[in-house]
Amino acid sequence: MTVVKTQQSRNDDGLAAVVPAAAPQQLVKRRRKPLTWDKVSFFAVFLGLPLAIYLLFVIWPFIQAFGYSLTDWSGFSPTQNFIGLENYAKIFTDDIFMKAMGNNILLVIFLPIITIILSLVLASLVTVGGSSKGQIKGLRNSSFYRVVSFFPYTIPAIAIGIMWGQIYDPSGGLLNGLLTGLGLDQFKDFAWLGNKDTAMIATMFVIVWGFVGFYMVLFVAGIKGIPAELFEAARIDGAGRFRTAVSITIPLIRDNIQTAYIYMGILALDAFVYMAALNSGGGPDNSTLVMAQQLFFTAFSKGQFGLASAMGVVLAVATLIFSGLVFVVNRLTGGDKDVSL
Amino acid sequence: MTTKVSSPEMKSLHFQPRTPATSTSDKVVAAVSHTALTIWTLIVILPLLWTVMSSFKTSSEIFASPFALPSQWNLDNYTKAWSEAGIGAAFLNSVLVVAVALVIVMVLGAMCAYVLARYTFPGSRAIYYLMLAGLTFPIFLAMVPLFFVLKNMGLLNTLPGLILVYVGFALPFTVFFLFSFFKSLPHEITEAAALDGAGEWRTFFQVMLPMAKPGLASVAIFNFLGLWNQFLIPVSINAAGPRVLSQELAAFAGQMGYAVDFGALFAAVTVTVVPVLIVYIIFQRQLQGSVSQGTSK
Repeated sequence: MTVVKTQQSRNDDGLAAVVPAAAPQQLVKRRRKPLTWDKVSFFAVFLGLPLAIYLLFVIWPFIQAFGYSLTDWSGFSPTQNFIGLENYAKIFTDDIFMKAMGNNILLVIFLPIITIILSLVLASLVTVGGSSKGQIKGLRNSSFYRVVSFFPYTIPAIAIGIMWGQIYDPSGGLLNGLLTGLGLDQFKDFAWLGNKDTAMIATMFVIVWGFVGFYMVLFVAGIKGIPAELFEAARIDGAGRFRTAVSITIPLIRDNIQTAYIYMGILALDAFVYMAALNSGGGPDNSTLVMAQQLFFTAFSKGQFGLASAMGVVLAVATLIFSGLVFVVNRLTGGDKDVSL
Repeated sequence: MTTKVSSPEMKSLHFQPRTPATSTSDKVVAAVSHTALTIWTLIVILPLLWTVMSSFKTSSEIFASPFALPSQWNLDNYTKAWSEAGIGAAFLNSVLVVAVALVIVMVLGAMCAYVLARYTFPGSRAIYYLMLAGLTFPIFLAMVPLFFVLKNMGLLNTLPGLILVYVGFALPFTVFFLFSFFKSLPHEITEAAALDGAGEWRTFFQVMLPMAKPGLASVAIFNFLGLWNQFLIPVSINAAGPRVLSQELAAFAGQMGYAVDFGALFAAVTVTVVPVLIVYIIFQRQLQGSVSQGTSK
């Protein structure tokens, strides 16, 4: 029974024409069967319906955005004039937008690195922090840490933002309460989000808090996928824990790390929800203003849809450049050439 | 290689007691690890506990001391948040929108992924790459034109409009994930079904879909979290419509005058956080599994 099956599947892989026998002929015939109602309706619904929704609500708006970005459309005026690249020129001479872009770049540089390092360390502690004798195993009760660390990922970003807004509150917040409780009186009534030197750092911490658990779980899964013999071999060769982590774990889960890096980077280029919740006005001296906030404000408050679309295009291009950079760096340093999103 | 590695171990096993004594360095490492992980656990859990505790206090109690326990434990803040601030209505809207969108996107996504993974036809690669494009472009780029697409269709500021957009934006991820899943299912099964006389429709719904259950469950979990947490789409295209939870929360916190009722705000956040957290704790085993599935494709 099984033999027949494998033969059939081999034929299916394109060898049908080469094998001259009775059964393959039948196969060829079945392939050339005329289109039946069953088949036509199947393709129409299975492919047509999802594609229609996808094209109308996702692809078509994306394409339109490029078109709008070349006009002076205000959204409600009946006419829209083609003005070429004027919107882009306006954007790149706009100090506030450039400030926002700088903040996004700051986020893209620091957020992925901090999040990934922290989650890698925690994931390593959980998986290989156990005894150095006998079987390779993790810490005791490690699943408790893993489950709790994942909590923030289940919380809507806007709720995270509001919650931390209260925690950072100068007078009634948890953070200043803890710090003054420890005797650090200089933090009494210190406005973490109201000071331009600390607002960005405080905001970054909130985002890191929200994502470390998720990437920790992702890395734990990756590390558990590494065959135990590799760790054993390294141990027998005399590698300590740190050496094992650097020479075995990280190279073997570098695909996971690349995925994490791209996702965190894309998030850092957006970051709209967190910024809107923590400092909806852009923070002191616009120190936490991001491009997405400026886009939203330009479109839905000022009604300059052409200009806002151009900002969207800039944001999209920045995202593509970032993803491309990560791929190039990963390949140059000897990573896998395949994309694993 | 495996045998080489395991033989010295086997020998040493002979001379050692079955449970090896933990050395001092092991104890130090374990202690340091436990300390580091405990610190992070506290950083995660303290803000949540503090939020829950504050949700029982009055505004003046909150400002008096961040640590003092509430003078009386009652649900005043919750009733205020649920009915007066509209969190209750928004909660129900969110449940409705996310549930309907989730069912539609799972069915459509599974169908699309199945066709792309199991049939080759002209343009199938192009459709696949079109889906990839939808994953990489930022949602922000689409918001302005989308606003007018929905306006022209009369779906702006309506829940059906929101549902359709949710479906559209959750589709690429769903198709991608399930594509590799359907691809990995053995071809013999479809052939067997065809030989037994099942048409394309029947093969999909009665044979392939049940086999894809583990994959479907994982994608459904991630889609649920993604849609439940969605903020940008509703504030852009549903600003004047019936609000969903994330919108209502933001609006509530945005009233930030001095008159804002902080106790009720904490209660609103708690109402948002706790149900999903409880569901997560119940299903966390499946979720841990699905994270690994999602990445080891």
